[in-house]
Amino acid sequence: MKELICIVCPRGCHISVDENMNISGNTCPRGKEYAINEMTHPTRMITSTVVIDGMELKRLPVMTSAPIPKDRIFDVMEEINKARAKAPVKIKDVIIKDVLGLGVDIVATRNIS
Amino acid sequence: MNGTVKYDLVIVGGGSAGLAAAVAAYDSGIRSILVLEKDKYLGGILLQCIHNGFGLHEFKEEMAGPEYAQRFIDQVKERGIECKTNAMVLDITPDRKVHYSSLEDGYVVVEAGAVICSTGCSERTRGAINIPGTRPSGILTAGLAQRYLNIEGYMVGKRVFILGSGDIGLIMARRMTLEGAKVLGVAELMPYSNGLNRNIVQCLHDYNIPLYLHHTVKEIIGKDHIEKVVICPVDDNLKFIEGQDMTFEVDTLLLSVGLLPNNPLLEKIGVRMHPKTKGPVVNEDLETSIPGIFACGNSLHVHDLVDFVSAEGRLAGKNAARFLNGGLGDDTAVIDIAPLNGIGYVLPSLTHLDSIDDTVLKFRVKQPYNNVYINIKVNGQSVKRLKKPYLLPAEMENIPLKGLELQAFAGDKMEMTVEVEES
Ligand SMILES: Cc1cc2nc3c(=O)[nH]c(=O)nc-3n(C[C@H](O)[C@H](O)[C@H](O)COP(=O)(O)OP(=O)(O)OC[C@H]3O[C@@H](n4cnc5c(N)ncnc54)[C@H](O)[C@@H]3O)c2cc1C
Ligand code: SF4
Repeated sequence: MKELICIVCPRGCHISVDENMNISGNTCPRGKEYAINEMTHPTRMITSTVVIDGMELKRLPVMTSAPIPKDRIFDVMEEINKARAKAPVKIKDVIIKDVLGLGVDIVATRNIS
Repeated sequence: MNGTVKYDLVIVGGGSAGLAAAVAAYDSGIRSILVLEKDKYLGGILLQCIHNGFGLHEFKEEMAGPEYAQRFIDQVKERGIECKTNAMVLDITPDRKVHYSSLEDGYVVVEAGAVICSTGCSERTRGAINIPGTRPSGILTAGLAQRYLNIEGYMVGKRVFILGSGDIGLIMARRMTLEGAKVLGVAELMPYSNGLNRNIVQCLHDYNIPLYLHHTVKEIIGKDHIEKVVICPVDDNLKFIEGQDMTFEVDTLLLSVGLLPNNPLLEKIGVRMHPKTKGPVVNEDLETSIPGIFACGNSLHVHDLVDFVSAEGRLAGKNAARFLNGGLGDDTAVIDIAPLNGIGYVLPSLTHLDSIDDTVLKFRVKQPYNNVYINIKVNGQSVKRLKKPYLLPAEMENIPLKGLELQAFAGDKMEMTVEVEES
């Protein structure tokens, strides 16, 4: 039995999922879909910063271009921590292409001149 | 350029609220606008909020904070609105002279037709909550730690405990974990969290960080630097339950115990303040008790969603333009608005009979509720009753009064109340 809190809407239903993937506690179908996703292939967006060489600021904020598998979060963080960017940078500039072959880029979320 | 200059509208604070206000005022025909921002950059607190989740309402996409801010900075730039950074406002006078000082301009007095105050909020600190024990270093607010880490690239510690389950604390629990710190837990005095569910799940559950509800810090141990925190459960009267102490070895205690609107400039000149929100009292036009001075964003009341801050900024900008273009016309009967059972506060504090269609009530409940009604009454008589499957203190509620017929009450003194009705 696994207990989840649905985050699809602010209501935050407490959902239970048993061994046979029977789902209860959700108020609406979106909760069921969320629970199935969480149980089978949970994904997350990752945000962090990378060191930037430039005059103005020391850190460039970055984000994954799409969600990555939850169990790869720390692997991706390691790559982000190795990266260095060079000013100038614009929002959505790719800082790491196809990180760890996951098909997702690490992109800038701030303009730095 | 020391001296005196004139602008139709001066906006104090270039965060999300101020930038949205500037754009809306411009789009309502005002051309002489000056935005004053004390920081080196426009954008306000969003620049340190590098996590995603911003802009779902406003732009229908998920953005990081700096990205969301940039959209508004671009809108301001496109319109050629004048913004000064590194410009600290020192005084706003009741006759709307705005005094600022900047390296570039020196000391300048701006004669303004209207002023919008959008100076954001600040975090409650240890003094505001009174934790016993020694006063070593290593104790700081979550927002300050966020700024150090996300802007300066400096980690404040490696073994962290967090007091308070506000969203900034939750976001920092995840952020510091990702950067290699060990976050030992989060203690929340109340039996429920003040943070959004999304943050509880994705910042704590994802990383197995325990949330101790109905617990608080009992003692802080450490000579020069913090070494340990002692956490203890509390009973319903918020008194410590003896014999259940838990001690954690830490090098950092982050405080995420609430935000307070930041209004020293308005307080100084006696603008009427709201006892609950700690921001100014405003009417439906977001005008304070001094005509022509408006307030919006976190300096008016603390928001959890920046999208609502932007919307409020726009309303202030639009109304400041109306004020400049011949007046707000608020001369019909006044309706006072007050919270009752279950409601922490409600804004605006008053509206006018003719503006009912444009009035939106914003309020927060004091505790979580399920399956209740929100009952809005005028002079004790119900005028609107809405079913609510759930209500949470972490979520600000918006109820537009559009279409409400109150003419029948005209003539009497009118008081509107908002309450939670449990069935
Ligand atoms: C630490 C922290 C983290 C937050 N995280 C989130 C989040 O994750 N998600 C979310 O939706 N919301 C978050 N919020 C809420 C967020 O503040 C609002 O969503 C919104 O960004 C506030 O906009 P604002 O314009 O009201 O205030 P701010 O963005 O704070 O802007 C106020 C501006 O006024 C300037 N100012 C103040 N005094 C003066 C003066 N005397 N002269 C000149 N300029 C002055 C300040 O420098 C600042 O730039 C957070 C708030 C804080 C404090
Ligand atoms: S199950 Fe439905 S109602 Fe419940 S939190 Fe999820 S989306 Fe909201």
